[in-house]
Amino acid sequence: MIIPRLALRNLLGAGTKTWLNAGVLSLAFVAIIWGQGLYIGIDAEVSRTMIKAEYGGGQYWVENYDPFDPFTIQDAHRPLTDPLQSLVDKGQATAFLIVQGIIYPGGRIVPVLLKGIDPGQKLLSIPSSVLKAADDELPALIGARMSATSGLKKGDTVTVRWRDAKGTFDAKDLQIVEVMRTTVQSIDNGQIWLPLQTLQEMAGMPSGATIVVTEKNYSPAVSIPGWTFKNLDYLLDDIKSVIQAKTIGSSIFYSILLFLAMLAIFNTQLLSIWRRRREIGTMMALGFSRGKIIRLFTLEGALNGVLAALVGAVYGIPLLAYTATHGLGLPADQIDSFGIALSEKLYPTYSSALVVGTTILVFAITTIVSFMPTRKIAKLKPTDALRGKLT
Amino acid sequence: MENAVLIKTVHLVKIYPMGGQSIVALNDVSLSFRKGEFAGLVGPSGSGKTTLLNIIGSLDAPTQGSAEVLGEKVERLPHKKAAMLRNKHIGFIFQSFNLLPVYDAYENVEFPLLLLGLPPAARRKAVMDALEWVHLADRAKSRPNQLSGGQCQRVAIARAVVKKPEIVLADEPTANLDAENSHHILDTMEEINRELGTTFIFSTHDQKVIEHVRRKISLVDGQVAKDEIIPAAAEVLR
Repeated sequence: MIIPRLALRNLLGAGTKTWLNAGVLSLAFVAIIWGQGLYIGIDAEVSRTMIKAEYGGGQYWVENYDPFDPFTIQDAHRPLTDPLQSLVDKGQATAFLIVQGIIYPGGRIVPVLLKGIDPGQKLLSIPSSVLKAADDELPALIGARMSATSGLKKGDTVTVRWRDAKGTFDAKDLQIVEVMRTTVQSIDNGQIWLPLQTLQEMAGMPSGATIVVTEKNYSPAVSIPGWTFKNLDYLLDDIKSVIQAKTIGSSIFYSILLFLAMLAIFNTQLLSIWRRRREIGTMMALGFSRGKIIRLFTLEGALNGVLAALVGAVYGIPLLAYTATHGLGLPADQIDSFGIALSEKLYPTYSSALVVGTTILVFAITTIVSFMPTRKIAKLKPTDALRGKLT
Repeated sequence: MENAVLIKTVHLVKIYPMGGQSIVALNDVSLSFRKGEFAGLVGPSGSGKTTLLNIIGSLDAPTQGSAEVLGEKVERLPHKKAAMLRNKHIGFIFQSFNLLPVYDAYENVEFPLLLLGLPPAARRKAVMDALEWVHLADRAKSRPNQLSGGQCQRVAIARAVVKKPEIVLADEPTANLDAENSHHILDTMEEINRELGTTFIFSTHDQKVIEHVRRKISLVDGQVAKDEIIPAAAEVLR
């Protein structure tokens, strides 16, 4: 116990310098936990929102459907076969039909995706029930982004043109019955939601569907010919990639912060060894072996990590707790610029694994950085140290 | 062990390489020191006094020859064993005191005992006894920067003798002190030498120290020029 006791004594004895190092390191410490917690929170929230609004427990795609290739959409439909129809009938799945179309708001030509959805579905958070409206006109639901780009508002009527399964173009007026506010851009931008059955009739695709969304926790028992099941790992992969890219970007910032803190500790250690070389010589004369002195100095430096954790806890715990409960507001006009379904408030999530992992990371790096300069001591002759020389 | 030989150097040579040249610090030094001696290594700067103390203290190894301290050959001692030898059996007093600045007087004196692993109660008693010997028990909580030079050196003496070592090596212990403090320090060391039978070896060119020693070894250019027992002390050594 002598070495930890002496190390702590020496560290605290160094006064302001120690607290400056601990302060800088604690900034890196809190920033890493806060930043990573923010991205974990975003990941969890975006995944939750996407599952609720679009992905459910996974999706069956018609085999030739590729959302990134518009040329596949014309033929990406087929009638629901038995196992899928049975899932839909039991309320364990809901079908989408996707058809390309063009609308003419204010005389402009705007290409859109017409998406048919069952107005009675309860699997997804899309307010499809508004499409039940009994009216002569075609009821349509759009998102707020679509409303902003097209200029369409609730109650507006616009002409839509589409091509049916036989390649014949047709046109009809549709009426916007609701403008939904959603954080999920992929059910909003460039899309018009219509009653499924109506769209099937319009497109000449009776009981046709492009996607079948399953309920939460669904796992496919057997493969269904003509359909490919896309699980949540696949569907959320893009979101995770976006978040990972942003995490990497922010990690560079933390790394710089951590690097600066470590540079301060490394520098302090080097200076400390140089300034205290007589002290090292005295310790050797009093019977400390070189190994013990290396351990003492390494521990002194490593304890900066412990002090940083304590200092960080003083201001970090209230700060992190506040952001976790009250969230962080995002400017409304910047939410979409992230490219993922962010809400106006972001709630960081601080898991124990994150806190323990960050603590271990900071302790490990601090210990390594503290150890590196002490290697000089291994070559130090007691007589040189007593004379104030570094060999 | 009464008057047993504790230290024996045989044909000791120490050469320091310096900028392509070699400097002979010790040249064929053969000496022995018995238990209870109060001996001074006397000579001008560069005569090899500190080098000899360093080798006896196992802080340095000879280039040639042999130095045997308490039965251990210094030249063959691995670093860890040398550290143990110093920790258990040898006390050091330095010209510039070399107290650890962040520790108070008590903690400085306690330092060697922490390494020995003494239990807290025994440690406390030993530290307070040592501070009593040097008349600084009332300054136990003072840090080195709150003590005068003489007081610092007395703390250093207490630190050197607290573990009751067989040997205390003092390198110019009075060089930074005024006459009055020097006498106090030397009186204290003589008292410890008498009471505990500790062997004291000084390096010095201070006349005040020379007046106190009972054996005077004069070194010139790394060689023993004269090794004389002061008559009044001969009785003690017999």
